[in-house]
Amino acid sequence: MKEILSGNEAIARGAFEAGVKVASAYPGTPSTEILENISTYSSINSSWAPNEKVALEVAIGASFGGARSIACMKHVGVNVAADPLFTLSYTGVGGGLVLIVADDPEMHSSQNEQDSRNYAKFAKVPMLEPADSQECKEFTRLAFELSEKFDTPVMIRSCTRISHGKSIVSLSEPVTGLPEPKLVKNPPKLVMLPGNARVRHPLVEQRTLDLSTFGDSWEINRIESRSEEIGIICTGVTYQYVREALPEASTLKLGMVYPLPKKLINEFAATVKKLYVIEELDPFIEEQVLAMGIPVIGKEIIPLCGELSPGRIRVAFEKAEIIPASETKNVIEEKLIPRPPNMCPGCPHRGVFYLLNKANAYVTGDIGCYTLGFMPPLNAMDTCVCMGASISNASGIVRSLPPEEQRRVVAVIGDSTFLHTGVNSLMEMAYNQAPATVIILDNRITAMTGRQENPASGYTLAGVKAPEVDIPDLCRALGIKHVRILDPYDLEETKKVLQEEMSRAEPSVIITNRPCCLIKDDSRFSKSALLEVVQSDCTGCKACLRIGCPAIEWQPDAEGKKGKSFIDPLLCTGCTVCQQLCKFNAIRQVK
Amino acid sequence: MADSITNVLLVGVGGQGILLASEILAEAFMIAGFDVKKSEIHGMSQRGGSVVSHVRFGEKVYSPVVPEGEGDILFGFELLETRRYLNLLRPGAKVIVNDFMIQPPSVLLGNDRYPENLAEEISQRFTDFKLIDGLKIATEVGNQRVANTVLLGAVSKHLKLDDRVWQKALQKMVPAKALQVNLKAFESGRSL
Repeated sequence: MKEILSGNEAIARGAFEAGVKVASAYPGTPSTEILENISTYSSINSSWAPNEKVALEVAIGASFGGARSIACMKHVGVNVAADPLFTLSYTGVGGGLVLIVADDPEMHSSQNEQDSRNYAKFAKVPMLEPADSQECKEFTRLAFELSEKFDTPVMIRSCTRISHGKSIVSLSEPVTGLPEPKLVKNPPKLVMLPGNARVRHPLVEQRTLDLSTFGDSWEINRIESRSEEIGIICTGVTYQYVREALPEASTLKLGMVYPLPKKLINEFAATVKKLYVIEELDPFIEEQVLAMGIPVIGKEIIPLCGELSPGRIRVAFEKAEIIPASETKNVIEEKLIPRPPNMCPGCPHRGVFYLLNKANAYVTGDIGCYTLGFMPPLNAMDTCVCMGASISNASGIVRSLPPEEQRRVVAVIGDSTFLHTGVNSLMEMAYNQAPATVIILDNRITAMTGRQENPASGYTLAGVKAPEVDIPDLCRALGIKHVRILDPYDLEETKKVLQEEMSRAEPSVIITNRPCCLIKDDSRFSKSALLEVVQSDCTGCKACLRIGCPAIEWQPDAEGKKGKSFIDPLLCTGCTVCQQLCKFNAIRQVK
Repeated sequence: MADSITNVLLVGVGGQGILLASEILAEAFMIAGFDVKKSEIHGMSQRGGSVVSHVRFGEKVYSPVVPEGEGDILFGFELLETRRYLNLLRPGAKVIVNDFMIQPPSVLLGNDRYPENLAEEISQRFTDFKLIDGLKIATEVGNQRVANTVLLGAVSKHLKLDDRVWQKALQKMVPAKALQVNLKAFESGRSL
């Protein structure tokens, strides 16, 4: 049977076919849909973890118990999960364990474009890289076999174009006859004290050598001989671009990107006149091939930053005069009005950022929809580093500032990000009494990645009712004395509380309590009465435009000098934030 | 490069139903027996940003993204976004556009003006051009929300697939509740 699947759907299918029993993840573009799809298979216990470290540790526990298990995350998630990953490499596995990492070259939805292949080498674990959805499924199955055969966790690296690209996949039946999970004691292998770990480390080094030899004859690493003039080593989606851009070139397509199959690379190098490595981001393969003493060209001509594409590869080869220049395409570069993403109409964050801007706050930001508070006209974010950093950045910045500047520092963080790594940061802030203000924008969901449940939302991945983290009580338990809860649609109240807490020379937390307006469950979010601009009362003062709501449009008059505002009835959710800004009472409920 | 491949681009604004339309397209090509690949960016773009979806079909498709300058058909849900992605097309490509404007943030704020005469400008660069009022037709069919299916119907005329293939793809991809109105919308687009 054949289906068109995204890479993420295919990885989920592969996990199902491999007999995976436990899956854990924290959402992150472009990896999110892997666990969402895994959760459709009832044979797999799948759940959201509060962060990637916990997700990997849940998978490790399941593996130690003998079950095949999988953890999924985006590239920066591996930074959070790196701690268990490096020691997991020493312990090895019980049931097979696969860590899926989805990179985001070009940073379509990320804060950096780190190349996760470096983690495989750093942690000394094998990594596979599929080139389409069929391989996503196949490699996931193979990764479990490899994991158990070599007693190692296996990483699979996807990227945005693989995870969110779709192609045709042949489905198979799940494997049967896997051993039943049970407790087996083996402290020398699983208790990583120095004495035990010293025994494990040499085994890890030998494993890498063995895997390299295994890769020499593993069919997922394959030589495709075409012209002997140009030979290209490539992996993953880059292989597809190479086939498109340089159809005559011979290729060594690597399914396993670490450790490299050295004999096979030597063999390929000997059959071509000129050897190239085409890889996205870092010269990961290139440097290893050079270290083998094989002359190879890579980043000298291929960009280090951003995604590749058939066009970019062709241009690189044309510029280096390796292939003749094609006819110049009639590319007209011109400036068009950009269309950046924006907070949704009715977003509960909008009014808060409007007031932070008015209060001349210095806002340490975090990762989520609310990072869009950076955009004009709100312009209310001054830093954004990584998950959870808003609070600790605020805690650090106030330490060297004079009191009048300390007061301006406000950290903003969402509910899911707070639970991810913000709790530790707030613990630090309370412990060391850093006098900054923290706003937890609690919209009851992990919104940016497409509305996933989290430990404070009250539901599990499967939609089953779950205990809710009591965020105000948690803050108090950490030692925050001043915890304020408010309705972010009430600008007067929000402004008042913000002023009070900002002027307080102690740590304090403000929690907003309106749900994300994209939550589809009516019991959690429903629209309020629709608003309109009564045109006869609108003076054209533009006050309502200062919140940047996509539902409000400026309609200039014929000369373009004056105009009036207009509310799009299809977009308005009736949040009333604009209404509160109108001094002329021109924004009213539609009768 | 691969002349046996047809490259379709669907462009517009996050929330316009571009992903569903491209899913239906890809499904139809698979049912018709072609190799097919598709690619787009999720995430940030869902928040009202610019969206482009690549759908490629033929005997054997490698890259999931359309090489720059090789797009054969552009299927635009919005005028400014159609204008934005013209550089992805080959000379002489076919352009089918929804006669619809969504103001970008700077226009909503009154800082910029939405460009005028976009349809005319596009039709001068790409003479194989068709402008469709998807919203009006969808409203006639009975549901504004199926404008994307009207457009898909209009595009389907240029893709040489059998009626039955399209019906099968729609049946598979559209929720049962909405199937009838979508079939009707598709038909009105196809008969334009």
